[in-house]
Amino acid sequence: MSNSEVIVVTSGKGGVGKTTTTANVGTGLARLGKKVCLIDTDIGLRNLDVVMGLENRIVYNLVDVVEGNCRIKQALIRDKRNPGLYLMPSAQTRDKSAVSPGQMIKVIEHLKEQFDYVLLDCPAGIEQGFQNAIAGADRALVVTTPEVSAIRDADRIIGLLEANGFQRIDLVINRLRMDMVKRGDMMSASDVVDILAIPLIGIVPDDENVVVSTNQGEPLVGNDTPAGKAYANVVRRVMGEELPFLNFERGISFWTRVTGIFHKA
Amino acid sequence: MTRFFFRRKSSREVARDRLKILLISDRVNCSPEMISLIKQDIARVISKYMKIDAANMEIEINTKGKGNRGKTPSLYANIPILDLHK
Repeated sequence: MSNSEVIVVTSGKGGVGKTTTTANVGTGLARLGKKVCLIDTDIGLRNLDVVMGLENRIVYNLVDVVEGNCRIKQALIRDKRNPGLYLMPSAQTRDKSAVSPGQMIKVIEHLKEQFDYVLLDCPAGIEQGFQNAIAGADRALVVTTPEVSAIRDADRIIGLLEANGFQRIDLVINRLRMDMVKRGDMMSASDVVDILAIPLIGIVPDDENVVVSTNQGEPLVGNDTPAGKAYANVVRRVMGEELPFLNFERGISFWTRVTGIFHKA
Repeated sequence: MTRFFFRRKSSREVARDRLKILLISDRVNCSPEMISLIKQDIARVISKYMKIDAANMEIEINTKGKGNRGKTPSLYANIPILDLHK
């Protein structure tokens, strides 16, 4: 498709929610009628398949495609629930050197013809796995948590993306805890945006439902949970909609507004 | 309220301040030690010509412009002068 977008989901630091974000944004886009392909680029440590609940259907993988053991179509797994959503899993028994950036670009060029969105789940780190994941992408979602270590790594990643010519880099702040922000024990979303200085595209609250959804292998985007609602908004913003941030996203509840009046007085 | 009286920095403020300093050196790829060496050298050179308050001088590498990104970094030095004529 001519106007398809290739988005890499990256963070630098591990464990901040890249895979969860890829799964939820991808699922959300598919629910809105888009044709979406998710690619797990973390060779040797694949995860996206289990988060999506598709681990039992893997026959071929990304390395098989690159090495010519199968056609691209054979490696694509169709999602259980959402038509138009496909996953290309990574190889579990190989390492990062099995794929090169040039090969990634080729595969993505092919996928672009059939999909509206190609989402790449990037491995942690800044080595070859990262280089592979960003090679074919033209847009990036940088995921971070409001912690010093994650933000530092995100800043490094943003620098590398800019050096690689990325024009659109958006920030997803994951696992925000409003209760901690209010008592001064966690950086707020605006603190993080101030420091990283890139456009904010989503704030996802720390929500135990994410663990439940991962346990079940069903992304929670669009569900009536704090994280589910937040991801639904990320999806709409990824598609270009201008949406105000939810109250809990900004961290201003009705109650703090009321008490805020007294604080000012 | 208690914070107002005791003026202890919250861990949120500590994190923010630490990150700001850390990222300045990360972005220009130079360590805090190197910045302090530059500072000493600048103080020594300026001291040849005028009397300065070296203890209270500040130096900072800034990537000026909107959003701190995309511009060439520049070095800012704020040096209090005690006496212009040595």
